[in-house]
Amino acid sequence: MTFSLYSLLEAGLLVVNAIAILNEERFLKKIGWGREHVQPGGAYYQQGYAPPQSTKAQIINLVNSVRTVMRFPLIILNAVTIVLLLLAG
Amino acid sequence: MGNYGAPPPGYPGQGQPMPAYFADPLANVAMQYGQSLAGQGKDIVNQNLEKWISISTLKFYFAVDTKYVARKLLVLFLPFVIRDWSIKFPPSQCVAPREEPNAPDLYVPAMAFVTYILTTGVLLGTQNRFTPEDLGGQASQILAWLIVEILLVLLTFYITNISSNLRFLHLLAFTGYKYVGMVVCGVMSMFLSRWGYRVALIYSSVAIVWFFLRSLKVYVLPEVMSADRTGYRRRLWALLFITALQPLMIWLLTRQICSFEAPAAVAPPPVSY
Repeated sequence: MTFSLYSLLEAGLLVVNAIAILNEERFLKKIGWGREHVQPGGAYYQQGYAPPQSTKAQIINLVNSVRTVMRFPLIILNAVTIVLLLLAG
Repeated sequence: MGNYGAPPPGYPGQGQPMPAYFADPLANVAMQYGQSLAGQGKDIVNQNLEKWISISTLKFYFAVDTKYVARKLLVLFLPFVIRDWSIKFPPSQCVAPREEPNAPDLYVPAMAFVTYILTTGVLLGTQNRFTPEDLGGQASQILAWLIVEILLVLLTFYITNISSNLRFLHLLAFTGYKYVGMVVCGVMSMFLSRWGYRVALIYSSVAIVWFFLRSLKVYVLPEVMSADRTGYRRRLWALLFITALQPLMIWLLTRQICSFEAPAAVAPPPVSY
């Protein structure tokens, strides 16, 4: 298993793709990982600090933020990777 | 009088052969302007780089001396003999390892990394399967696993929501210390083949786990235990997870190199007289 930096990039791209295609309505709500349970931006409200959220809330926040942030760059990254893989074989 | 070809006035360095364009005062101004521009450009590059990699704190990690390196190697091989793991300075302040023997540095991990690459080269040579591309391949493989491991650790810290004093460079240093153990594994497998490798693997794992637990306790687990019992337990789990990663990584990275069985009964090529 020669695991080079390039394999790491490929694996990372695949993992981010996997997180991005999790559908909010059809899947996440069904298993109780929907967006209504958590408050975004974990630590602040007006008067002071919110208590640190549970592990599950952190994971849900992470999944949601990855999906929101990476939706557009992923299109570009996937297109570039597909073209490169087609050319390089 | 009497010298022909007298130099024009304002000629710098009279009597020395210099290119003619330096004589022009405009060129002098241009040269000075270029130098000041270069200085400004360097400042801008440094400032921008500082935002990403924080170069000024990077210098601290390489400020080591021989006594520190010797003690650190002793601590990595025999963590049982060290009694005092505390850090005299407050953990949020950057401290040069020269003054504080328990602080992490980046010199030992970097040197151990290079030494390990060379050791794998020698090991592959003794197993008759060395090519020069292997050195670069090994280096990029280990770098990739290092990135994976640091991402896992950062992810663990984010998910368990603990804010520790472990900066990114600290993490890099601590995860780099296991390369020393890997060098030991490689050398042992060179001399004592498979059983030497297994013994060295077990010993390095125990040593690095002990080292991690004692060192990171200061950073991750707070001394003053507030009423937040779940917070303490969460940090403990995170610390144990990170510590358990280390022997796993040592095994993963060295298993292909060190426990290689040469194919049996390789017939020597016939020698023609």
